[in-house]
Amino acid sequence: MSLRIYAIAYLVFLYAPIALLPIFAFNDATIIAFPLSGATTKWFGELWTTTALHAALKNSLFIACMTAVLSTLLGICAARAGAMYRFPAKAGIMGFIMLPLVLPEIIVAVSLLVVVVQILDLGLSNWTIITAHVLICTPFSIAILNGAFQNLDPSMEEAAMDLGESRFSAFRLVTLPPVMPGIVASLLITFTISLDEFIIAFFLSGSEPTLPVYIWGLLRFPKSLPVVMALGTLLVALSILLLTIAEILRRRGMSRAGVNDKGGFL
Amino acid sequence: MTSSESGRGLLMVSPPLVYALLLLAVPLGAIVLFSFWTQDFMTVDTTLTLNNYRELAEKPIYGALLGRSVYVSACVTVVTVIAAYPVAYFVSFHVRPARKSLWLFLITIPFWTSYLIRVFLWKVILGYNGVVNSGLINAGLIEEPLTFILYNVNAVIIALAHAFAPFAILPIFVALEKIDRSLLEASQDLGESKLMTFLRVTLPLSVPGVVAAVLIVFIPTIGDYVTPELMGGAGGKLVANMIQTQFLALNNAPLGAALAVVAMLSVTAISLVLILLNRRWLRGRT
Repeated sequence: MSLRIYAIAYLVFLYAPIALLPIFAFNDATIIAFPLSGATTKWFGELWTTTALHAALKNSLFIACMTAVLSTLLGICAARAGAMYRFPAKAGIMGFIMLPLVLPEIIVAVSLLVVVVQILDLGLSNWTIITAHVLICTPFSIAILNGAFQNLDPSMEEAAMDLGESRFSAFRLVTLPPVMPGIVASLLITFTISLDEFIIAFFLSGSEPTLPVYIWGLLRFPKSLPVVMALGTLLVALSILLLTIAEILRRRGMSRAGVNDKGGFL
Repeated sequence: MTSSESGRGLLMVSPPLVYALLLLAVPLGAIVLFSFWTQDFMTVDTTLTLNNYRELAEKPIYGALLGRSVYVSACVTVVTVIAAYPVAYFVSFHVRPARKSLWLFLITIPFWTSYLIRVFLWKVILGYNGVVNSGLINAGLIEEPLTFILYNVNAVIIALAHAFAPFAILPIFVALEKIDRSLLEASQDLGESKLMTFLRVTLPLSVPGVVAAVLIVFIPTIGDYVTPELMGGAGGKLVANMIQTQFLALNNAPLGAALAVVAMLSVTAISLVLILLNRRWLRGRT
């Protein structure tokens, strides 16, 4: 019983900062502190009229979409290879691909910065961020897709090919349908990670900031903090929505693949 | 294993592998090479020297920063893992199987929502006029706002422990789930109390999960930039802040690269020690 109370208190601790967001987003004062002064929606209204914010959002959406598609494609290859084939040095290769999951992000950021700017002498752009985001998102995609690919029997595809289908259409007709929910879940999660990612974008963005880099700039100005709260409220709401859809799909994918759900995609 | 199967497997894994080689292995190699070069005003001198490392060794600030980073990461790891263990235990042993994924989902959600804004909100909670201070003053417990909870190392530890909580819970949970429940019954049938069963059966069997949790919290926290920058004040900056300063503000990228390499090597060395200790411990038990 006391364990349950502790667990619930722990959840409260986890959610405490997020719970404050909407409170200050609707608070009619420029200072982010208690006591509250009254309700307003003007901070949300300001979001509509800030054009710099819209440009940053557009960048972030483009980067997040490209990252989601590319890292999920790479994730499908790795998860399929990991689940359906045996090959030499498998554990080493898979471990190496999963490495960005634990590597400090600043290391990924500065090492790519050195390669792009100092060695290749290229300019920074949205594509440098996408390149780095795909690297850190692919392990998450693999972790999600592993569940979906685990119980697939390679002989099913072979049977389809024996019956005259090509290798690709065998994949499309036999393997793809059961793993589809996992793929959509992976797209949503990698999209969310990329949309939220700050430190890599901070190092690798050119003249056009992403949304988190733009927010980082705003945090220095006390006057703009209520707008950040309003923006944060919308972002958190969007993240929770996307993650909930992803979780529902992931579970559906697991049950389609006949895997016992152990919960959690990490 | 047939050769065509391994061939097809390698072919299938090659796109992500090549990607990781080109964009992880090559850049990591490049940053090591780069750390042996030197910044010469606007250009980079490509003669190989140990000057950057010499500077890191000679100026006490770098050693102090690295030491503080390791200390903060160690504190965060200890706090996070100890606070997380009971939650993982609760979800694994006391939650109905059908509800487990809901609990895990609730635990992971805050982790996926805007890191930047979450850290900033800790400033709101711990600040001079923050939630904690105004709450304690209203309750009549203190008269002056507490100042030791923001803009120092404590604040950094609190915010990081919050951010990495799910990272600690999940590996411990997985290890606890793997424990054969009949072992616990056997222990109690043989006369051990519930507490002794936990200490002599459950806890030792969950050690691999705890070690995984320690590593998965310790390694990324050492490179964290946002939390020390926002919460640390002047005395709470960590090695990542210095790396950023060298790269983006002082325009001395080679020195920043050397610092990144040293930080990476320290993390790897500490992790390897932990893994070896864990191996030895596991071998001692079987």
